[in-house]
Amino acid sequence: MSRPEHQAPAEIVYNDSEAKKYTVNTRIQAIQADMSYRALELLNLPEDKCCYLLDIGCGSGLSSEVLEDEGHVWVGVDISPSMLEVAKERDIQGDMFLQDIGDGFGFRPGTFDGAISISVIQWLCNADKKYHNPKKRLTRFFSTLYSALARGARAVFQFYPENPDQVELIVGSAMKCGFTGGLVVDYPNSSKAKKFYLCLFAGFADNPSNSPSLPKGLGAEGEDEPRSSVDYAYERMKERRRKGKKSRVPIKDRNWVLHKKEVARKKGKTNVPKDSKYTGRKRRVRF
Amino acid sequence: MRLITHNMLQCHVKGCNKDNFPLKLEEIEIEELEAEFNADFIKSMLNRLDWKALAQTTFSLGIAQLPEEMPEELNDEMLQQLHHILLEVDITSGRMVCQGCNHVYPIRDGIPNMLLTESEV
Repeated sequence: MSRPEHQAPAEIVYNDSEAKKYTVNTRIQAIQADMSYRALELLNLPEDKCCYLLDIGCGSGLSSEVLEDEGHVWVGVDISPSMLEVAKERDIQGDMFLQDIGDGFGFRPGTFDGAISISVIQWLCNADKKYHNPKKRLTRFFSTLYSALARGARAVFQFYPENPDQVELIVGSAMKCGFTGGLVVDYPNSSKAKKFYLCLFAGFADNPSNSPSLPKGLGAEGEDEPRSSVDYAYERMKERRRKGKKSRVPIKDRNWVLHKKEVARKKGKTNVPKDSKYTGRKRRVRF
Repeated sequence: MRLITHNMLQCHVKGCNKDNFPLKLEEIEIEELEAEFNADFIKSMLNRLDWKALAQTTFSLGIAQLPEEMPEELNDEMLQQLHHILLEVDITSGRMVCQGCNHVYPIRDGIPNMLLTESEV
């Protein structure tokens, strides 16, 4: 799939028709919910406690719904009015803001117990307006987020980096703003199921050695490749075996040879053999 | 937007550091919601609330009259009242004005518009 970041700014890409996909398309919903649950798991909140959480780039509220189902109170921000409209129509209770996260947050210090963000922060690497500077916007974003989080709170960002430079830029900006933590990669050996989670801890800036250790990514040992993709490859092999040898059509048959010779003749080659009934036949076995 | 979030919100225009909290509410329309009462959550939010701002806001909206200082002991009735104020009052339209830099954040369909212009970031 092409990257939406290359098409237009987020508030334009996520227009009414794109926003509608997020209510109709169950595949998008399932993927978003999966990632939200994983992000919530990485947040490592105390069990059975109702927390005050921030959802950065909540969109139509698919990730926020997961927070709500788990019994938390949430606040969401997004830059696309169409997506927020869709979210308003859904049956979810949370406060939403129309906000450009690159401009920073206006929350008082220590407000939130945690923050999650699904497929959003790679957008900050773009400069969509002429006065935008990705590095400055990232710094403003992370520094205001840092102050909005309570001490010891975590922020988990699932994102799709385009290249290693983007990862470096994003992680570097976060570290500069006082966060500790780093990148957690789920299923690093699978091209399809590979997911990047930036897992940040707030409140350990003056004493990084006290910072909790980074959680392990899923499938890191390479043994448990996610089932779905393996299943599919297996199905294909089975299909091929079932059809047997007969289904195999040779590509370089008589017609292919004739075509090649024709092309050679048109190019003006003089040493092209004549066509005959023997053209494209196998040689007799000698012994 | 519920009042709990309004109590956490300050102006985020760059360089606006004075009188940027609380944002003044103007021409507000309110809707009542229903939320599940969770005493532990209210208690955990108490030390994060700015009581003075909350009392001022609820008074100006005419919802309730809270004591000027946060009571030392909170009984069940008080927690219930706080729950109602914080989580069951939804601002659906109006605007928020920063007292420091006079930036206006309009609220439409319950969603405040926090976008800034080039000169404010």
